[in-house]
Amino acid sequence: MSRAAGIVALSLIAAISVATGLGAGSVHIPVAKLFSALMQPGNDAISDIVWKLRLPRVLAAFSCGALLALAGALMQVLLRNPLADPYVFGISGGAALGVLFGMLLGLGTFAQTGLGLAGAVLASALVFGLSLRAGNWNPYRLLLTGVVVAAGLNALLSLILVLAPQTAVKGMLYWLMGDLGYAGNPLAALLVLVLLFAAAMPFAPAMNVLALGRMKAQSLGVAVSGIEIVLFCVAAVAAVTAVLVGGTVGFVGLTVPHLVRLIGFADYRWLLPGSVLVGGGFLTLADTVARSAWAPLQFPVGVLTALLGVPILLLLLAGKNKNAAH
Amino acid sequence: MLRTDGLRLAYPGRTLVDGLSIEFKPGEVWAVLGRNGSGKSTLLHALAALRRPELGSVVLNDTTVGAVPRRALARQIGVLLQEESREFWGSVRDYVLLGRYPHARSPFGWSAEDERIAEREIGAMHLGALGDRAYASLSGGERQRARAAALFAQQPLIYLLDEPLQHLDLPHQVALLERLSGEARNRGAVVVMALHDLLFAARYCGRFLLLFGDGRFSVGPADEALTADNLGELYGFPLTPAEIGGERLFLPARQSEGRPHV
Repeated sequence: MSRAAGIVALSLIAAISVATGLGAGSVHIPVAKLFSALMQPGNDAISDIVWKLRLPRVLAAFSCGALLALAGALMQVLLRNPLADPYVFGISGGAALGVLFGMLLGLGTFAQTGLGLAGAVLASALVFGLSLRAGNWNPYRLLLTGVVVAAGLNALLSLILVLAPQTAVKGMLYWLMGDLGYAGNPLAALLVLVLLFAAAMPFAPAMNVLALGRMKAQSLGVAVSGIEIVLFCVAAVAAVTAVLVGGTVGFVGLTVPHLVRLIGFADYRWLLPGSVLVGGGFLTLADTVARSAWAPLQFPVGVLTALLGVPILLLLLAGKNKNAAH
Repeated sequence: MLRTDGLRLAYPGRTLVDGLSIEFKPGEVWAVLGRNGSGKSTLLHALAALRRPELGSVVLNDTTVGAVPRRALARQIGVLLQEESREFWGSVRDYVLLGRYPHARSPFGWSAEDERIAEREIGAMHLGALGDRAYASLSGGERQRARAAALFAQQPLIYLLDEPLQHLDLPHQVALLERLSGEARNRGAVVVMALHDLLFAARYCGRFLLLFGDGRFSVGPADEALTADNLGELYGFPLTPAEIGGERLFLPARQSEGRPHV
């Protein structure tokens, strides 16, 4: 299978998962009706459901998953570590702390998002500041600092959960697990996705070289420092946006890039679009299942991504061991 | 082509090289010799503009290397590092093609010429059967050959190699050294390599740079640099000169009785 054909296939799969997300739910909408409702929105209930409920939700899921996968793919090359994910800056912990604090105070969604953003920025500034303070740049130190700061933030999160009134705890837990029920208008996230993808793609050839390490990349003609700063910013903005849309959805950012590599897209020129398509499609599908499979019960989507992500990651690690033993 | 002007390389509390002014001329093959931590890698990094010297400068055709844009520099200077990240998920062919990065014109793919050159270098390093294999699955020696193939695909005029013979079996050590001296002879390339093998250094290199690790160094052709006294001081280890078939060898002195004589 050629790479271009592969991308077309992935686009089709993504489109199908979006269509499934639009059609499935408490009211099943057949494909023909779905199509006509999309093309010629009327005043009927179907059009309302599609345009006001499902399309925003599906687009939010798609952009959230795509942003996480994009951020994950970038972090893995920036840190030269296959286990890096979008949250290693402490972005998820910082955002969670902000949002949960907002929930604890009973603030509105907008204020919660603002606090989440502030928390994410502060936490990532802390991680970056601490790991850069020592002078010479070292991905391992960044990774380790991120893990340590995240542990500290987790402790604070637990404290909030303990202090919060019973009624608020469930919402907090849903947010922490990753839940698209809170996602509002998805247009901002979609726009961020398009912009970040466009910003990252020109650097894809350089990323292939960057995977070999900073020095090797420099010796092959990559202006490493500038590119790293751009890509770190792209990854950070992608992760923050995703978290503010869907809470701390796990495993998408970590596993999707590996999944795309396993299908045969190791080259970043194909890996980035592949990750965006698979990440978006995967989260859309997971969210559709989470909200419709056990309706009227709605599960947080993070439970499903983890349930699906864990076996994939385990299989991947088993395969990696086989390679290492070779 | 490449020269250093009053180069000083140091780490906090330790001077490795001080006042180094040498010129690497086209067609010359250099060996950089010294003990572990004596500054061989640091010097190669400074020559490749991967490290800023504490004092002095590295000059490529009248321009300080640090001032040359990275891509332009990479078309002239190729580096084989001692170590690099192994987080490369592509095939051996994908890896070798990265050597063409500084020459690539389109960000969307490799040109037919890039692919032809990479394929040729894969064959030259006897990796033809492994082209589609995952780079990460190669053995240490195979990986070193793939790295050499990528370096040759880069087609630089200046080769800087940090322990290029590591992990290679004997035939591949010889093949790599033959190829490098061919690059110097036929293309007028400069080859500078950090080596630990005195026999191969003497056989393939015409110029020697000895780094004593305390700021001192000595430069010269084989008959000046490669003496038992000089090398004994360099390595802090007694060496005995010997001659076989007109070639001078240096045998490390026995430390103990060693293997019992039978």
